[in-house]
Order: sequence, then C-alpha cells, then structure tokens
Amino acid sequence: MLCSVCKEKPATVHLTQIVGEKMQKLDLCEECAKTKGVNDPTSFSLADADVLFGLGASQEIDQSTGTETKCPRCGFTQVDFKKSGRLGCPECYKTFADGLSSLLKTMHKGTRHAGKVPEALRESREQSDRLKLLQKKLAKAIDDENFEQAASLRDEIKQIGPRGPGLNVT
Amino acid sequence: MDIHKFLSTPAETAQRRGPHDRIVMSSRVRLARNLKEGAFPGWAKKPERVRVLELVRPAVESLPEMKDAFSEAMDNLGALDKQILVERHLISREHAAKSSGSGLVLNRDETFCVMINEEDHLRMQALRPGLQLRQAWTAIDRLDSELEQRLPYAFSNELGYLTACPTNLGTGIRVSAMLHLPGLVLAEQINPIIQSVNKLGLAVRGLYGEGTEALGNVFQVSNQMTLGENEITIVERLDKVLSQIIEHEENARQTLMEKKPKVVYNHIGRAYGILANAHSISSKETMNLLSLMRLGVDIGLFPGMERALVDELFILTQPAHLQRQLSDKLSPEERDLIRADMMRERLKNTGRPIAKHYGGPGTGLDKSTN
Repeated sequence: MLCSVCKEKPATVHLTQIVGEKMQKLDLCEECAKTKGVNDPTSFSLADADVLFGLGASQEIDQSTGTETKCPRCGFTQVDFKKSGRLGCPECYKTFADGLSSLLKTMHKGTRHAGKVPEALRESREQSDRLKLLQKKLAKAIDDENFEQAASLRDEIKQIGPRGPGLNVT
Repeated sequence: MDIHKFLSTPAETAQRRGPHDRIVMSSRVRLARNLKEGAFPGWAKKPERVRVLELVRPAVESLPEMKDAFSEAMDNLGALDKQILVERHLISREHAAKSSGSGLVLNRDETFCVMINEEDHLRMQALRPGLQLRQAWTAIDRLDSELEQRLPYAFSNELGYLTACPTNLGTGIRVSAMLHLPGLVLAEQINPIIQSVNKLGLAVRGLYGEGTEALGNVFQVSNQMTLGENEITIVERLDKVLSQIIEHEENARQTLMEKKPKVVYNHIGRAYGILANAHSISSKETMNLLSLMRLGVDIGLFPGMERALVDELFILTQPAHLQRQLSDKLSPEERDLIRADMMRERLKNTGRPIAKHYGGPGTGLDKSTN
C-alpha cells in the first residue's frame, strides 16, 4: 500500500477514525507522517485531513484498500461495519483487528480486557500471561548476556507447556 | 402465558423501596454475552437466530434464579405487550422491535430480565429499586457464572467478551441508575452537572435510554467504557458519582426552598392544579407535572399522600399502559381525554399543596427551624 500523500513510498503509518458516523482511514509513509505532524494519533483528527493534506475527499475505509477485507467466517465486510457500526461475528474481531485497534483506543480506557474471565478459561489465560512475562524476561536476560538466568527461564517456559503464543525461542 | 397475569401491577411496582429512592428510582447492571459459534443477531439470518434462541432459551430457563419465570418468544407478544415491557423498563426499545428469533426470560419478582437475540445473543440484566448497584452487579455476576457453564461464550484473552458493537467489548457491562432530579432542573444546574458527568466518561440519557429525552426530570446515568478496567472499578466509579449527584440534588432542593420558595410552590401548585382539573392532557405533560408533584411529596407539601401514588400514576399514564386499560384502540387525542379523566379521579382525595410561610417551622427542608 502506498502513502496517500506522496503516493511514492510504502505506507507504514495507518490511521483509522470514526468521523461523524463514518469510519475513515489514512495511510501515510514515515516521512509524510513526520512532516504532517502525525505522531500522536489521539490528538490528530482525520476530519481535518482533507484540509491538511489537500486530499480530494477523505478516504473512507472501503475505498482505501483495493481488495476489500471480508470475514472468512461470516462474510462481513468493512462496508457493512461502516454502515451499522456493528460487527458480524466473534471472528470479525480478528479479521478487522488492524482497523479496530485504534478505534478501541479512542473508545475505551484500555485495549486489553481487565475484567471477569469465564472460569473454564481462567487457567489457560493465566498461563498464557505467565508465558508472555517469562519470554519478556528471557529476552532481557539474553540481551544482558545473563545466560545462567536465561537457561533457567527457558526451562521454566518448557515446563509450562509445549506450545504457547509466540513460543519460538530456541 | 399472558404477560399481564405475570407482571406485577403498577401499584405493586410503585411500592418497591430501596436506598435513596427519593432520588434514585432504580439501579440496573446488564451484561452482553455472545455464543462462540455463529454470527451476531444483527448479521445472522433468521434460521440461525431461531437456532440460537432454541439453544439459549432453555439454558436461561434452567437457571435457579429463573424458577417460575416468564419465558416467551418475541413473536408471541403483541405490540402493546412489548410497549408495556418498555414502559416498565424491562426490555429495550430495540428489543421491542424484534420478532421471530428473539426472546425474553423474566424472573418471578422482576429482578432479572434476559433478552435473547437483541443486539447480542444475550443481554442479561439485574434490576433493583433505589441505589443498589453493587447488589445488582453481584446478582448478575452469579447468574452469568451459572450460565457460562451451560453455554460456550465468545471470549478472547486479549479483548474479553466479544460483542456485536465494539462499544460493549471487554466486560460487556452497562451499569446504570435512573435518577429523579427536579431540584437540579428547577435550579438550572442540570446542564453543568451533565457536562461534568460526561467528562468522567459517563453517559446521561433520557427516560427510555439511548436517544430519548429527559421526560419527567428523569435521567439515566451509565458507564460508556467497557474495556481496560474491571467491573468492580466501573461499578464503584458510578456509585461514587451517583452519591455526588444525590448530594447536589438535595442541596439544590434545600437552596430553592430557602431562597426561592415561591418559585417552588408555584411550580408544584400549578402542577397539582392542572393534573387534578384538566380534561385533556398528553403523556409528556403528565409526566413533567407528576415529577413536580413527586417533588412536592418529597418536601412535605402533600401531607397524607404517598410517593407510591405518584409513581403508580407515572407508570399508568404512559401510552401503552393507558391503552391497555381500555378495550378500544384509541387515537392519541382520545387517550389524552381518558388520561385526564383518570388523573382527576385518582387525585380527587389529594388536597391542594400546603405552602407554608417560609422561615417558619415546617418549610420541609429547612432543618434549622425544625
């Protein structure tokens, strides 16, 4: 995907916002983002993007991607989301994860669930949290060349389970 | 089953008491939940919605809290019945618009109401009179924990309970209270209060929730954010804000009685005058005037009159409840006549408000002289 402003370099900064009732998206390359001062998405309004960037019309999300994203499970599209403000099925949260994450940031206190967990899932959730923490520690131990600690952390990770998210540490 | 045989009468409903019910009419906590499989109700085709209803309804009915509950598919309820449920604040207006593939399970004492296939597969609510947010949360939490053993919920480690609308994501919780705030409205302090409540991330809405006006000086305050903090934090924040609003309302009433008693007497006296003597009156005007009479009862201007009578009339006077008492389908204009007849009849034993000399004993709220 190319930058919407210079149309030359690949876009690496992606902004999604609800403006009025429409979801809008702007894709910029690193340089254009910097020159336009888009480094804090929370203080930046896409409603002003037209004026700022001289874009003919703000790009609505369905038009900004050449091939429209469609939920593989329920067939829901971004256009449908734009129309209703609601998603099609639980899987849609994965399908549209990229666009949603900035939206959730503006909507909520945080982006990670901090409340009740169904009892049956509690253990596996705690375990996956623990794995993530250990992996972080492991990476730091390796960075610090603290190999003794790294070895014991690796053993601990192995004990928790053979598979965990992102458990590709050798 | 006939919903009217099941529901408590407006008189019984008006008798329910709870902490701070002078100002807080009711508390509610609702949770949004969805099944792991299938599409959300708004996107699912009818056969799928029917399947979900057939799966979820027996699971909800089998909960111990739902013993002797009223359980029905929405297509078996008439338009008038649905509107009555809305006026009782048991279902949302959105749910009232549903028919086949949606359902309702309401427990015997009307403290739990579960909507099936509203915007989410499950919208379960605990309802309590007065200010009882913590109790409502504890109750619905328990119900939800029982239900999660019978139904596979859509849940993500990262995002929590997955809901049709991202605004409900995470905890899926909406904590709300219905407040009667005539003092703040009369003192013209309501707007700054609403603004500061909004700043705390809480929503203030009208009598029937989203997108409705504050009829009868009744406001609903609720949380908006559902992701990134836990349920207790949300409940306690709302509880704290509500305590402050209660204090502001009490202060506004007291100040009005000290500084502008004639304004208060004038409003309440006129409200009584119209309600007790009108021959045609709309439901909107009735609610606004009943609100002033409720204030009059609170500050002792109607000795011998119970607040429950005002609250009962508040329910009875709403369009569907009024229509329900009559055999013929009436036009709004005809309903206005019947409503006025009912008001005159019900208020015939209520004497006019007693306006005492301010500064003297018994100005109601002037505690220093009492």
